[in-house]
Parts: sequence; structure tokens; C-alpha cells
Amino acid sequence: MMWLNRRNNLRAKGIVGINERNISFISKYNERCRFPLVDNKLLTKRAAAQATIAVPELLGVIESPYQLRKLAKLLDPLEQFVVKPARGSGGKGILVIDQREGEHFCKPSGQTLSLRNIRHDISNVLSGVYSLGGKPDSAFIESLVLCTPGLQHYSYEGLPDIRVIIFQGFPVMAMLRCPTHASDGKANLHQGAVGVGLDITTGSALNAVQLNRVIHQHPDTGVDFSDLIIPDWPTLLRLAASCHELTGLGYLGCDIVIDKNRGPLLLEINARPGLSIQTASGMGLKQRLSAIEQLAQQDWDIEQRLSYIENNFSLARSA
Amino acid sequence: MTSRKQIYLLSTILICVGLGLTLYKYFFLHFPLLPGSVRTVWSVEAKISFNARDNSVSADLALPSMQGGYEILDETFASSGYQFNIENFDGQRRAIWANDHNSGAQNLYYSMQVTPRISRDITTTAAGKPPSHVSKPIWLAAQREAALSIIKLAEERAATPDNFTYELLKILSGDQQADDTYRLISADKSISRANMALKLLAEAGEQAHIIRGVQLGNRTHNDPPAELIEVYESSQWKIYNPDTATVGLPDDFFIWQRGGPSLLDVVGGSQSKIRFSVLSNVIPAKNIALKLAREQTVALVDFNIYSLPVEKQNVFKSLLLVPIGALVVVIFQIWIGVRTSGTFMPVLIALAFIQTTLFTGIAILLVLVGMGLWIRSYLSKTDLHMAARIGAVLIIVVILMAGFSVASHKLGIDQALSLTFFPMVILAWTIERMSITWEEDGPKEVAIQGSGSLIVAIAAYLAMTNSLVEHLTFNFPELLLGVLGVILLLGQYTGFRLLEFYRFRHMDSD
Repeated sequence: MMWLNRRNNLRAKGIVGINERNISFISKYNERCRFPLVDNKLLTKRAAAQATIAVPELLGVIESPYQLRKLAKLLDPLEQFVVKPARGSGGKGILVIDQREGEHFCKPSGQTLSLRNIRHDISNVLSGVYSLGGKPDSAFIESLVLCTPGLQHYSYEGLPDIRVIIFQGFPVMAMLRCPTHASDGKANLHQGAVGVGLDITTGSALNAVQLNRVIHQHPDTGVDFSDLIIPDWPTLLRLAASCHELTGLGYLGCDIVIDKNRGPLLLEINARPGLSIQTASGMGLKQRLSAIEQLAQQDWDIEQRLSYIENNFSLARSA
Repeated sequence: MTSRKQIYLLSTILICVGLGLTLYKYFFLHFPLLPGSVRTVWSVEAKISFNARDNSVSADLALPSMQGGYEILDETFASSGYQFNIENFDGQRRAIWANDHNSGAQNLYYSMQVTPRISRDITTTAAGKPPSHVSKPIWLAAQREAALSIIKLAEERAATPDNFTYELLKILSGDQQADDTYRLISADKSISRANMALKLLAEAGEQAHIIRGVQLGNRTHNDPPAELIEVYESSQWKIYNPDTATVGLPDDFFIWQRGGPSLLDVVGGSQSKIRFSVLSNVIPAKNIALKLAREQTVALVDFNIYSLPVEKQNVFKSLLLVPIGALVVVIFQIWIGVRTSGTFMPVLIALAFIQTTLFTGIAILLVLVGMGLWIRSYLSKTDLHMAARIGAVLIIVVILMAGFSVASHKLGIDQALSLTFFPMVILAWTIERMSITWEEDGPKEVAIQGSGSLIVAIAAYLAMTNSLVEHLTFNFPELLLGVLGVILLLGQYTGFRLLEFYRFRHMDSD
């Protein structure tokens, strides 16, 4: 009986469950052949750069153990950089270096690594430790994104990013993911990062959760989330919406960071975005997804889509 | 048609075909739906004995017909030195033994196995109308008067014509011992009561014939054939027991011959007699169904697992359980949302549990994975390629298994020897994945996935070892089509998972 009540309540709120997401959205709108592009961050990055979508600068690629010999030469001019596995998921295998001290490389946590350590990490990446199914992988090095001052206080030991769910090219929901001490500097909600639901039309905070529990201040920095507003929101929204054309996916989640100097940059695209965004936003995805499914007009260009969500998904209006 | 509708149609067809074939086998081929159901089978042996004179001799035995309330599973004839033949006279099969130069006591054997039919509508009485003419019997002079007087008495006692046979048999069976009866019987002692009753009925102009058969019991030895009479009264046949005057076929009575001239004819021999021995046996209902189905060459059974050699059948027995394990996994994933390490790994673990028994299996698994993880945690500090590392874990798993086997054998715990049934490569992979999960997501995630896998494996084990499930999958493999249909349907389920009610519990509050 209690289950039935809860089921009805969740349905009424438009909460989408995993089964429904998988069948009614992912399988239905995402063609299998489009997956490789987004499952490989290197491919996504190159395609985005070609489509003039802003991404962190690519500094080098290591595709075979042989290339590890040139690692020292490659890293020599770099003061700050990030090493990522091309097929890693959930932030696994990402190595952030934000400082050099002579021979040593320093992580944001203060831990120092030698070149040998880094080579070992990359060797792990190449052998497929972080990729799905253990397939051999490649690693790439990109420039470190510097957090924009407006968001600095909302994050601990890591970079906050903004996850936007894009359905048929319409941004439908967004949240800021703030790393915490508990999440070990990673922006994954199930590891303990804070999710702050955002008003899709303005980029202002709605609600914040950590591990499915509503909170009001960042657990490490103590900053209140209520007056959070993402700078440069229209640019970010446009960047997010353009991922639809880039990938051809009907239902996707894109992760965007805001660089101090360059503004919103696309980090990666996910063809199977998670559902925690609903808890973070305090509302279900279903109503908006259905509204877009029922649109009569088919070929919306990006301007039309952005003005559609401005007119229809504004919380001030619907409230 | 949308893909959703196609799936609905496909799974409906699959489920209908699966259930339909199962019900067909149940209702028409009588395969038992429940395990352990048995049917009684009687072995009936007819022993013919006579003294042969020194010339050609032949014995001629009426064989039971295939119809009636029983099915004949098997027939054998033992007759050393005799020519043997089965001939058909007017629909009556007769076995004929013949020999040219035997003398002295002779024994011939005919044995068969019969089982009651399951069909709902069995007519035990004869069909059709009898010939209208009844020829009057020939009496000895001393009998004739007594016979007429008995008939008269019976007619007087019978209130209606229907009661006549009953009253006649009562007089004859002597519960009211009349002089007439005594005279009638003492004049010709060689005639059986049934035949005497038939003679009297013929005298009274009634249509009747004899039924010879065997009263099936638990264990009887050397019984003469039992005799009943069947009388045509008010346009239907009725069976009477001449000794008790009760109406109807007695329980467990096997009709050997209905009407007809004789049960046994021996030419060239003397003192011939036939004796029956009966032994009852309880046999799995499936074996009987199989035997009958094979005789009728039912294609469904012909192209079946039963046509394989027995040891291959055993392999299939466990293979046929895998879909059940898959169904359990699908249910746990889609309805409950349990996270496991490797989607179908629990099925393989459950298969291993079947070999090792549950608790030993769990103990071995925990020890193996625990030690594997511990050793793997050292390997993760080294600079190894992943393939080499999994290879190393695999070898360590094999060494651990060998070590356990030897140690447990020395300790006298032979159960632990069965640990070789655990799929080694799968174990090595599980250890590798869990180790990475440990490093990436911490021990909590390992505990969640590990216990999830174990719970699903135990559930799959319980489902796969259920005797009903085992019986159904092996005897009705077509049910797997139904399982396939159900899995396809489950694949369409878009509702919440049980654990999502917990995950989204805070969304429920306001």
C-alpha cells in the first residue's frame, strides 16, 4: 500500500525511472551507431572542435605504450594539465596536475607524483583498466580548466561542472555538480558530490542535494546555495543545445565547465545520463520530455528551441 | 506495427505455443505436470499347462484386445521349442503355439504389462445390439426340470423384467439354497457357475455372454480366470458377477475376453488349464507416457531430449535450467534493481552452487573471492598490463582451488572438492572487477555489488533447484518458449524499480 502511494506520487511528479529512461528515451531516441562518438571523449573533443564548439585545449594524445617514451618531452612545457582516459566513465582515471615543483608534479590535493608515477597511470589507462569491458584505451592530455571566480566557493578540491539534459535538442533540465571532500574531488553525485538543480531558463539555483538528501550549504565550504546563479547562462545553454546536432543523439546529457578566461567549455557528452538530476531539481523530467515529444513542428533550429524553452519551461511562469 | 506491438505479439505467440504444447502433452500424452507422480502397472502372466500326447500339439489362446479401460504397455511370449504365431479371427487376436513332437507336461507363457487408461470416458460394457435369436441350450434329463423351475422362481420374485437376472443369480448362488439348484449343479459339476447362469438365461430367452478376465490385485498367484456375465437388459448391456449377483464391472478387473467361443483351446493335449499371476508395480508416470507416445510416434516426443543418451540428458537437464536463472536475473534487475557484478555472473555461480550445495558453495566462493581480492590488491601496486594481471589472478585462482581441494581432502571434507565446478575465468574476472571497483568506488560499492550478486545467485539457485521447476523444464522444454516470451515482456517494462522507491523517497515527501 505504501509502495502504491509512493508510486502514484512519483508518477504524479513526473519522475522517470531507469527502466523508463532506458526504453522510452535512450533506446527510442539514441541510435546505437551514434554511441561511439560520445563514448570516446577524444572523438567527442575532436568533433566538437571541428564544429567550433568550445572545448578545453587538446595538448597531446598517447595511444600506445610506445608513445610513453615521449611523455617527458610532451609534459616538459606544461605547468598545469589533465590526463584523461578516452573511454573512462564516471570520472575514473582522471589525473589533474595543477602545479610543478621541479621534477615533481602536484595534484590539487597536494600529493606529488614523479614522471614515473604518471607513466604508470597512463599505462594503466592504455591497458583498459578504466574503459568499459576492459578494452584497450588511449589517454589524452588537455589544458586545465580554471574555475570561474563566481563558482569557486561552491566546490572543494575540484571543478564544479554543469550537467544539462538535452532532449531532441531542447535543454530540459540542468544542475551544477559540486565536488566535495566526500566525493574525493569528483563531480559524481553517487560518490557524494552536491547536485544543485538549476532553473533551465535562468541558471539560478532551485534546490541542492547530497546523496539524495536536501541541503542548503556546501558541506565543506559552508557557502549557501540559495543565491547561486551561473554566469554566462545563455552562452552555456546554446553550447549545450548544439550538442544535439554534434552527436545526432535524441536524449543526452552534456557536461560543461566554465573557464575563468574562455567561458563555457564542453567536457564530455553522455548518451545514458543519470536520473539524479530530478532529485537535485526537485522535479521529474517526464512533463518536459512529453511536452517536447508532442510538439507538432519537427525541424526546430537552435534559436527556436532556445526561445521555446524560455517561453515554456520558465518556473516563474508555470508556478 | 511499432516495435512495442511486435514484441507484445511475439511474446504472446511464444507464451501460447509454450503453454499449448505443455497442455497438449499433459492432456493427450499424459505427461505428469507434477514431479513424482506415479501410475500403477500390473504385470499379468498367463501360464498355460497341459500334457502333450506324443503327436503334434497346438495351443490357441485368446489375447486381450487393446480397447477397454486398460492400455497394454508390453507383451512377451515364452514358448521354447514351439512355433509361435498371432492370428486375427473376427477382430479377436489369438496366439497360436504349435509343435510336432513334444510329450509330457508342457508350459507356455504369455505375459503383459497393463496400466489403467487416464481417459475420462471409458465404456466398459459391450457396444451394439446382440443378435436377436437365442438358441435354446441342451440340458441333461436330470437338469431340465430343475432349470425350468429355477427360471420360474426367478420370474416370480422379479418385480420387473430388469430384476430377473439378479434374482436368478441369487437363487443360483445359493443364499436361499433350493433343491432345484442343488440338483442342477450336482448333475454337471464341470460347468462353472457363470456358464450355468448363461445356460439358464438362454433358456429364459435372455441375450447374454461371458466375460473372462483377471482380477488385478497386489500380488496373486496361479488364479484361474475370473468370469463375469454380461446381459442385455432393457436395451443396454449390464455386467453381473455371477457369484455375488452384484452389477457392474468390479474395480481393477481386467477384461481378457468378451464373449467368444473359448479362452484356450488345446489340440493334441490333455488336462489343459490356464492360470494367471499378477504383480503390481508403481512406475513413474512419465516413463509410461513416454513409452506410449513413442509407440504412437508423436513427433513432439520424437524430436526430444529423451531421444538422447542418458548421460547427455543429464547435461541437458542443467542446461535447461539456465533460462530459469536468466529469468531470475532479469526480474531482479528490472523489477527490483539489484546491482550485480557482471549481469549473468550470478547464473554461473548458481550453477556451481547446484554442484556444491548451497552453504558449501557460498563458503568456498567467499573464501576464494576474498583471498583473490587480497592478492590482487598487491598486484594493483605493480606496473602490469591488464591482460597479464587478469592472467595472474586466474592462475592464483587455480592455485587456490588446487590448494583447497588437497587441504580439504586431507581434512576429510570431501564436499570442498566440488569447488572445481566454479567457473575459474568468471571468478578471475569477478575478482579483477571487484578490485577495480574497490579502488575506484570504495569498499562500500564492492559490498553492494558483491552482496547483490550473491543474493541473485542464491535466488537463482533456489529457483533452479526447485523440484517442480526441474521437472517442468526437463519434461516440458517447450515451456522455455514461454520463459522467453516472459523475458521479452519484462524487457518492455517501463515502471519503477523497487529500489527506486527508496532512491526517490525524498521526492515523495511534499
